[in-house]
Amino acid sequence: MPRPEVQAPPEIFYNEVEARKYTTSSRIIEIQARISERALELLALPDDGVPKMLLDIGCGSGLSGETLTEHGHHWIGCDISKSMLDVALERETEGDLLLADMGEGLGLRPGVIDGAISISAVQWLCNADKSSHEPRLRLKAFFGSLYRCLARGARAVLQFYADNVKQSEMLVSFAMRAGFAGGVVIDWPHSSKAKKSYLVLTCGAPSVNTSLPKGKGQDGEACSDDDDDDDSDDDQTVGTYGRDRMKKRQKVNKNNRGKDWLLRKKEQMRKRGRDVPADTKYTGRKRKSRF
Amino acid sequence: MRLLTHNFLASNMKGVSTGYPLGLEVVKSTIKEVELNADFLRGILPKLDWRALAAATSAAGYPDLLPAEQPSEAEFFAEGAAEFEDSPIRRLHRALLEIHIDEGTLVCPESGRTFPIQKGVPNMILHEDEVRA
Repeated sequence: MPRPEVQAPPEIFYNEVEARKYTTSSRIIEIQARISERALELLALPDDGVPKMLLDIGCGSGLSGETLTEHGHHWIGCDISKSMLDVALERETEGDLLLADMGEGLGLRPGVIDGAISISAVQWLCNADKSSHEPRLRLKAFFGSLYRCLARGARAVLQFYADNVKQSEMLVSFAMRAGFAGGVVIDWPHSSKAKKSYLVLTCGAPSVNTSLPKGKGQDGEACSDDDDDDDSDDDQTVGTYGRDRMKKRQKVNKNNRGKDWLLRKKEQMRKRGRDVPADTKYTGRKRKSRF
Repeated sequence: MRLLTHNFLASNMKGVSTGYPLGLEVVKSTIKEVELNADFLRGILPKLDWRALAAATSAAGYPDLLPAEQPSEAEFFAEGAAEFEDSPIRRLHRALLEIHIDEGTLVCPESGRTFPIQKGVPNMILHEDEVRA
């Protein structure tokens, strides 16, 4: 299945059928919630418990907005698909919704928004869906208006799926031209599925606060939540003790798939962000024949 | 749409310089009560355009809710003001976060272009010839 961006314009692609998926598919809901949680983390809002005024660009059915509400923030969501916004109304999301096209620029007063997130939306700007669309102008209008409506020092975290490196570069260069500082943070770069790119932008001149946060899974960190036992396992030697250990020889597998091969594979999977069990003395051992 | 959002919205058309504040014509509005958060109001207060808010509040059918001139910060955040039913902060809270515009129209002050509000969602999509190049 090709990516949605190459199938149809967003207001056509996200029709009632497609929008319905965003309330019924638990997989989509889970992924959206996880990305929004991460985007909010990258947004690095001050931890003072005061609700902020946030913007959700391409809010769709309001799944990402729900994460913002859970954290107590107020938000304004905009989307071009009416069907998606209808679903958001049905779900009774807390934020205010606008039917708007981000490529026309955001119609907001300067300096009023404390932060912006966008989940899987800005790559649509790279397409020309109508004869009147010129991606460069639309990108310029979008980033320019985003820069204007954000308060000084506010951040915008835009998660996107770039078709190729060129698209990603185009997004970054237009953001920089609008005056933003920042760049792309990539989570799980070794995995084709779990890989997510976030454009992390800060309004205002570059400073200490504008340094880019690190992506997840860049140095073989595991995807699971129990992060604390990751590091200790690496330098721990795996002991092989036992009464009849000496007599037995570890048989070499058919395709030379011994313990080393297994450990290497596990490491590889870990880098892709999969949930991999920890290495223990039992790893790669064969069951006894009498079992 | 809450009046908080209306206070931030501006018209973004070609040939319009500020496009603010958007005129508001209300057909139907409702009130949904939410909990008051004084910290949020304190943060948002400097960003508000009081005149636009006061005008929008009267357009929504509550002409006496807010005074024409913005009360001072001391009046808003006086000790115990949040508990007192008719205090300025309670009124501000109601105007900003509890009044929802369900059906109506937004009007661009310069071009007169109207943006319909349906089911609480304003349609801000422009025609091809209205987009800024």
